[in-house]
Amino acid sequence: MRSPVLIVCLKEIVETARDRRTLGSLLIGPLIGPLLFVVLMNVMVSQTVSSAEDRLDVAMVGAEGAPNLLAYLRAREIYPLDVPDIKTVEDAADAVAVGKSEFVLAIDERYGEDFGTAHAAHVTVIFDGSKQRAQGRVARVRGAINAYAQQIGALRLVAHGVDPTLLRPLILDDRDVSTSAGRSVLLLGTLTYFLLFATLTGGMHLAIDTTAGERERKSLEPLLTLPVPRNSLLLGKMAATIVYMLAALAITLAAYVLVMQRLPLEKLAMTSSFGIGSALVAFLVLCPIAPLGAALMTLIASFTRTYREAQTYLSFMLLVPTLPVIFAAITNVESSPKLMWIPSLSQHLLVTTLIKAQPLDPRLVALSAGSTLVFAALLAWVAGRLYRREAILG
Amino acid sequence: MIEVEALGKQFGAVRALDGVSFAAADGKITGLLGPNGAGKSTCLRILSTVLAPDRGHARIGGVDLATSALAARRLFGVLPHSSGLYPQLTGRENIEYYGRLHGLSEPRIAERADELIARLELGAVANRKAKGYSQGERTKVALARALVHDPQHVMLDEPTNGLDVMATRHLREWLRELRAQGRCVLLSSHVMQEVEALVDDLVVISTGRVTLTGSPGELAQRFPGRTLEEIFVEAAVSSAASAAGAS
Repeated sequence: MRSPVLIVCLKEIVETARDRRTLGSLLIGPLIGPLLFVVLMNVMVSQTVSSAEDRLDVAMVGAEGAPNLLAYLRAREIYPLDVPDIKTVEDAADAVAVGKSEFVLAIDERYGEDFGTAHAAHVTVIFDGSKQRAQGRVARVRGAINAYAQQIGALRLVAHGVDPTLLRPLILDDRDVSTSAGRSVLLLGTLTYFLLFATLTGGMHLAIDTTAGERERKSLEPLLTLPVPRNSLLLGKMAATIVYMLAALAITLAAYVLVMQRLPLEKLAMTSSFGIGSALVAFLVLCPIAPLGAALMTLIASFTRTYREAQTYLSFMLLVPTLPVIFAAITNVESSPKLMWIPSLSQHLLVTTLIKAQPLDPRLVALSAGSTLVFAALLAWVAGRLYRREAILG
Repeated sequence: MIEVEALGKQFGAVRALDGVSFAAADGKITGLLGPNGAGKSTCLRILSTVLAPDRGHARIGGVDLATSALAARRLFGVLPHSSGLYPQLTGRENIEYYGRLHGLSEPRIAERADELIARLELGAVANRKAKGYSQGERTKVALARALVHDPQHVMLDEPTNGLDVMATRHLREWLRELRAQGRCVLLSSHVMQEVEALVDDLVVISTGRVTLTGSPGELAQRFPGRTLEEIFVEAAVSSAASAAGAS
């Protein structure tokens, strides 16, 4: 004779697997995060500086008047683009305003004359400041032209016997000490949230079904007339909920690993240390969340009368694990034993450490898992108490 | 044998049961009769150990429900008011699930499921998901599920509700068969004519109290010249009046 907990657990797994709606939500939950991640990354890559080695074609007006400048720009992979419609500065302004061109470089008609006579020659960048997309490329062209101007200026000073450094009383150097993996954290910070979200969504249906769902289908009452303690029924159902949550977590992690391997993270000066190994560690770090989520959701669902009502409450509950993550983002805290007792925050900090490719302290992992499981046991006990009330029948 | 002694149950201000006592004997069909809201369902829910009474005692097969609910649950099967099948499981799986939770061995479960499916003529639908079942099919599977562990006591809450004429006739046949096997059958109903032809003993409940007991024959003798329905209505009305007067 098998244990009733196992019998109930297996039956719930089979029944849920046959419900197409539920299975759909089990798959959609885990894929939202990775998909959003792909979209975000692609947008970022397309917006950020087309880095120095990429060829950049720029529409120009009056390019023939400045062959030396053009040669300098070419050396920096910036090429003039011939657009037949744009002949004058006014054409260029119109084209940028309507969005036909991202931006146009206009070289003044008197450029050659002014340049030759050592007057200030004019070059205009025509762009639309409200369009974020072009900013990176505009900055690159502007930087190249400034560098050219400085170089020519320095040469002219030297020709007049003046030390060019006189014109630069201050030199400002940037030194960014973040590692490339560290920079990835900015973006990968969303990862924990989506992992937690997918885990909880994966078990939501079953958690609701355990109380509100069975009650609504009128199957709870006959179930309670069987010679099985109510705690066993509840534990079996929670076990099935945990199985589905862990499945959702595993699917999400697998999707992230696949996505990370195909994304041009290096283009954003980030590296991904998120391989199969890290995914397995992340699974271990995050799996105590499943019992906690299962117990909490079962507990909340036991107060509700119908499946829909439970769904409403639990959708709000999905926001709860984000609160510590937001707190961590604002206060910029680091993993420390003091914070490891807080479920979801501790997992977030540990997973972030993992993404930064920093060593993970096994004691912190144990502390986080232990504390989360204690909370889970406490909530499960309360849920058990509620399941024994008569009001559970509604 | 089902014995009920001075059972009382209150939901907030509503006194659902107010000292109900009766007994249902083995080898007999006992009908728990009363208008809607009389307390029939509450009584059956206490007997199926889903609710606990505030006062009084109930024993099934000599086992006290208050002290040994788990042991008592092995001795009875319940057909609830709504069938409560799992829609994603097939009829057979619904029956098997209850067999497993009753702790039967797998060969025994298969044997019982085959027997019940054959006897209740469920062969055509037993391997289809329960969500597509008709009301009659649902009731039949729920009955098979309630009988999977071969219980001595069978309790049915308004079993003919929503059934068509043919299904109702079949159900009556099976209940008579259970009686012939020496089982104790207790069913609730609010339709007099329905139980008249079927039951051996009648327990009429109204506003939480037993107002009449006896076999249909005895009642006909005690109230000559009146149909059972007239007796039933009078009992219900007078009980409602006395309850209103008391409060």
